[in-house]
Amino acid sequence: MTVLCLVEYDDSAAADGAPGGSVADASLRTLTLARDLAQSAGGEVAAVLFVSPAAASPDPGDPAAAVPEAVLADLAAYGVATAWAVRAGAGYAPAAWARGLAELAVTCAAAAVVAAATDRGSEVLAHLGAITGQPVAASTVSARFVSPGLCELTRHRWAGSLLEDATLEASLAIVTVAADAVPARRAETGADVAAQAFCPELADADLRVRAVESAEPSAGVSLATARVVVGGGRGVGGPEGFGVLEELAGLLGGTVGVSRVVTSQGWRPHRQQVGQTGTKIAPELYLACGISGAIQHMAGCQGARHLVAVNTDPDAPIIARADYAVIGDLSQVLPALVAAIRARGAAGAT
Amino acid sequence: MEIGVCVKRVPQVGGRVVVTPDGQDVDTRMSGFAVSPHEECAVEEAVQLTEREGGRVTVLTLGPPQAAQQLRDMLALGAHQALLLETDEREWGPIATAAAISDAVENRAAAGEPAFDLLLFGNESADTGGYQVAVRVAHALGLPCVTGIKALARTPAGIRASREYGGTHESYDLALPAVVSVKEGINLPRYPSLPGRLRAKRAPVEVTTPQWQPEGLRKERLRVPAQARKQAEILGTGVDAVPALVALLDKLGLLP
Repeated sequence: MTVLCLVEYDDSAAADGAPGGSVADASLRTLTLARDLAQSAGGEVAAVLFVSPAAASPDPGDPAAAVPEAVLADLAAYGVATAWAVRAGAGYAPAAWARGLAELAVTCAAAAVVAAATDRGSEVLAHLGAITGQPVAASTVSARFVSPGLCELTRHRWAGSLLEDATLEASLAIVTVAADAVPARRAETGADVAAQAFCPELADADLRVRAVESAEPSAGVSLATARVVVGGGRGVGGPEGFGVLEELAGLLGGTVGVSRVVTSQGWRPHRQQVGQTGTKIAPELYLACGISGAIQHMAGCQGARHLVAVNTDPDAPIIARADYAVIGDLSQVLPALVAAIRARGAAGAT
Repeated sequence: MEIGVCVKRVPQVGGRVVVTPDGQDVDTRMSGFAVSPHEECAVEEAVQLTEREGGRVTVLTLGPPQAAQQLRDMLALGAHQALLLETDEREWGPIATAAAISDAVENRAAAGEPAFDLLLFGNESADTGGYQVAVRVAHALGLPCVTGIKALARTPAGIRASREYGGTHESYDLALPAVVSVKEGINLPRYPSLPGRLRAKRAPVEVTTPQWQPEGLRKERLRVPAQARKQAEILGTGVDAVPALVALLDKLGLLP
């Protein structure tokens, strides 16, 4: 019994002919769930990697050469038995990737196909569901086979604010994984990974939607990976109130995040939004100022290691979710905090 | 352009989500209903496209009779026509929903209405978050499809749809007709005008009743996840809390 797991990895190094590249964190977490799912039915995990024809391969006949060594090492550590290097043309083409998975699932007689619920993973497995006519269980956090063709699983609703226990009855179980809710766990025993090549038969229709990529210059600290996020909500009062948040974020080497009301009022751009329909953050510290804590916002910051709330309302929902709270007006607390940090820095410098 | 936009009625959930005692639904006795955020942006995008290019926007929803209210909300934002695919009490999964929508699109064309050049969806619904209805509809209708889109522009050959992925900007050129699902942030939806709201109140909503079908993914029960965090430790009130806050940042090793 085989569980196929779509693995996303950084192949930019491979394209340059270097042996670098590594498996995306979300895919390591997804491999962990895939391994649990396979073991529940005594099966094994086969990784699926889409390789670019541009990936310099010294020996076109050797599929392992198309996959970076660091990627193969990660796969081995996560207990993957087989790595399929699939060639589906240049670049990302969602329907072609799904066709490749559908054909490979038939070739391996796979019982399940699993992918991280990233933009790509969700999109490709939705295509796979449509191509095969099978259901798709999205944003799953745990899954096991109870009998052939029948899984029990738990999945996210409301971006994780609610859990759904469900059964999935399907000849091919198609599952996306809410990776940030599943810790990555290496296999107890590593294995040698056998690399195999696979070339699906693609129709023109599979290739008509294809990504054209261009490097996006990233400005400043990325919200998704920032170590400190200073959050501002309705309590900031207006676009002019964000200066002190920017100043504090700058002092702490972090960035500013905002709640949905702030972007829907047009006070700040949407790319700064933390939440279900914005960015999910996982900083060391999230300092949430003037944010009440609606579930849609909390869904975006539950990965924060420490949550500190500054709010005038001691009964705001965020107070019940925070580790620490300051009951007070951010327009007074934040300037005083900035001044105290600056004074401390100045004292330390002398 | 002739544009169809599919929207979903979802509960307006605020500070916490409550499940009914039988574990089958979100308790909505204390909440209102709205269209999922991504979909409200899809309607705004469609209205802006027809304002520039001419044409009409038809909003479709699959839901109970009360979902007509959400269609009227979208008419108030500038959509021109509304179609309700009316359901009974049963829960409709993504496969049944996509089949009902693609049937409605085909029936509309068969009845001599102008065919859609573009079908817009939200990337995922706020409540069930299945991430798949748009793609299933595209396959049923044989149309090209792309999801998670944050920018949309008309080109001589069709449309160019763009999104970001892992720090990279991706764009897709699609011939029309096509299916696109969008994300919040593609635009800032307008507030409905008073004349818009009055017009929407009187506007007709076409109703059809599609066929339900069972699916392989079956909900057993909903539950609220156990909260790891308890009540916050109060560091203090107002500016008096600043020394404690500085000490905390210092303890976490976050001070410069």
